[in-house]
Amino acid sequence: MESEALHTTAPGGGPAVYLFVTCLADLLRPSVAFNSIKLLEDAGCRVTVPLQQTCCGQPAYNTGDYKSIIPLARQVVAMLEPADYVVLPSGSCAGMICHHYPALLKDEWHERALQVAAKTFEITTFLSDIVKAKRPERPPIPLPPITYHDSCAGLRELGIKEQPRQLLQEFCDTQVSELQQSEVCCGFGGTFCAKMPEISGKMVQDKLHNAAATGAGILAGGDLGCLLNIAGRARREGVAIEVRHITELLCGDLDGPAIGEGE
Amino acid sequence: MQQYSDTFLDNASAALADKDKAEVRDAMALFTPLVRNAAMDQFQHFEELRQHVKQVRQHSLDNLGHYLESYEQQAVRNGNQVHFATTGDELNSIVLDICQQHSARRIAKGKSMITEETGLNAFLERANLDVMETDLGEYIIQEAGETPSHIVGPALHKSAAEIRQLFLDRHDLGERELETTEDLVSEARQVLREHFLNAQVGIIGANALIAENGYSMLVTNEGNGDLCANLPPVLIICTSVDRILPRAEDATAMLRLLVRSATGQAQTCYTSFYSGPRREQDIDGPMETHIVLLDNRRSDILASDYREMLQCIRCGACLNHCPIFASVGGHAYGWVYPGPMGSVLTPLLTSLEQSQALPNACTSCGRCAEVCPADIPLPDLLRDLRHAEVEEKIAAPRWRQGLKIHAWLARQPRLYQLLTGMGIALLYLLGRKRGSFSKLPLASGWTSQRDFPSPQGRTFMQQYKAEHKHRE
Repeated sequence: MESEALHTTAPGGGPAVYLFVTCLADLLRPSVAFNSIKLLEDAGCRVTVPLQQTCCGQPAYNTGDYKSIIPLARQVVAMLEPADYVVLPSGSCAGMICHHYPALLKDEWHERALQVAAKTFEITTFLSDIVKAKRPERPPIPLPPITYHDSCAGLRELGIKEQPRQLLQEFCDTQVSELQQSEVCCGFGGTFCAKMPEISGKMVQDKLHNAAATGAGILAGGDLGCLLNIAGRARREGVAIEVRHITELLCGDLDGPAIGEGE
Repeated sequence: MQQYSDTFLDNASAALADKDKAEVRDAMALFTPLVRNAAMDQFQHFEELRQHVKQVRQHSLDNLGHYLESYEQQAVRNGNQVHFATTGDELNSIVLDICQQHSARRIAKGKSMITEETGLNAFLERANLDVMETDLGEYIIQEAGETPSHIVGPALHKSAAEIRQLFLDRHDLGERELETTEDLVSEARQVLREHFLNAQVGIIGANALIAENGYSMLVTNEGNGDLCANLPPVLIICTSVDRILPRAEDATAMLRLLVRSATGQAQTCYTSFYSGPRREQDIDGPMETHIVLLDNRRSDILASDYREMLQCIRCGACLNHCPIFASVGGHAYGWVYPGPMGSVLTPLLTSLEQSQALPNACTSCGRCAEVCPADIPLPDLLRDLRHAEVEEKIAAPRWRQGLKIHAWLARQPRLYQLLTGMGIALLYLLGRKRGSFSKLPLASGWTSQRDFPSPQGRTFMQQYKAEHKHRE
């Protein structure tokens, strides 16, 4: 029956991790989800992909439509409850579940949301802090110089800063060339980028130029929203920098086109 | 002050098109966080002190009536006259009455955002009073016929070259070079000094009102506030009811964060406490002092879900750290208070309808809340205002309806996956070769500034399910 989750069991019988792939990875960048499964399995987790998952509801929530989101938030909480851990390849979606669901839901659902929040992690945090993932038995993946975009929600709601850098060091033996103004927003902001495109355009232009100024060949990040924004601007301006999700780098999945690039 | 927040997007567009001004803003956006962060790194007590300040601010607001009463009693005992103004117009009338009672012609004014809020200068000028701003930034924009672009540095949008040209045009002082910043400052000082000496009334603001002793506290870097307060025979302090703090030590605790957050200094050049009129043994000071306390809907805010906004200590750190403020500048916001704090305050002090764009001028990046010395959850309050826009049907219907449908669809996994599967298959077919779209129906906002990356293939859900079936 389709409403039930599919189970992929890795050897070792590790913790049961539910992967919330996020809507952007589902729709636009499935490799992020496949690489997340691989990373989690390599780290000894039993990975479950709940099949009834869609979107965490940030678009409507951030626009202020709380009423529409409450039933969706409950549905997501109920779906994730059986997990030992919930992992998402996105700081902003993880922040939504960890911080905004409990704030939005009341009474019994508030408690249930808090319990799910307590076991929910963004993927680099989970790999680095919870399961302390090590590079599988293989040589480090060689990478061109890379720079890293800290997404705002990951950075400020979840405190993600060192984890992706540690993983890049561990898995790829690579250090990040830090970009100037690294803690300033790229201008994505969910519906903001479509509601106020000119301002968003100025912000992403600044971000892209700061990234290009590092001389890095790859800009990596943990949130597809930001990455689609920056990659789209790079394509528009003809700036040659590959934009990729960190899970792709950690798995050495670099053969396919980067975000926004043709086949 | 005249409001033009309803044209925020057009204001922003014009600001972005002005490359010279954008350069000034970019420089400020680098510089101001740098000095604030350096000061906080050195200080090291930011987090603990901000929790303390927040607690004190909340306690003061929770007991606002009590502390206002005790402030008033103490202030009156010190010889002040205390006035309460419900609206901006009321404040303006009270101030004009005092000026007229003293047959005042010339007013020396220190920096006060409250009087910007009430439009006091224009009001007094209509009654033929000569009002001169004496804070350097305020003086510059007054001469230029502009409004403040920033709550701490009103003229931060102006380059030195612009100010030089302004002074050459406005000051009838003959041939001169005005090459350096020092030249500009000393010329302003020369012009202003004469005014201090001839004013009959001084008007200043306040950073805090201290309930236990009836004093008001003011910080400045130029000392102009003290000259306004001490040289003219009559002093009027204009501020709002939410500036109240219980004790003097609360004011000094707040000060330790306020100044570092605002300018990165450990303290300002001048920190003044005004007790009241000149006493017999005093060698100087005003003969008569008035304190005018403005409410202007602050009581409503206190009773609302936005009450945390009243914790604000007006340091400007949220402006300095906001990438949207940095991109468009303060004037684009179209009223007195710009940036994140302004985007919350403006709808609350004016109307949500007129300022509906402002709560949307936010990416929820959280940098403002991170640096806020009063720990105000600014992005949450802005999102709550967007919620109010949805509830009151002020938000654009296409966004309201579109996202409502999206949220509904997200609760129907089968239908969602079927529809997204079809849509993505089509996008992939069209976009796989080039990798991105330069134009896309329904996404013109996105594609006006950047390409839209093409999907990588079929949706993950389709691929994953297919793979699983295959494995079975």
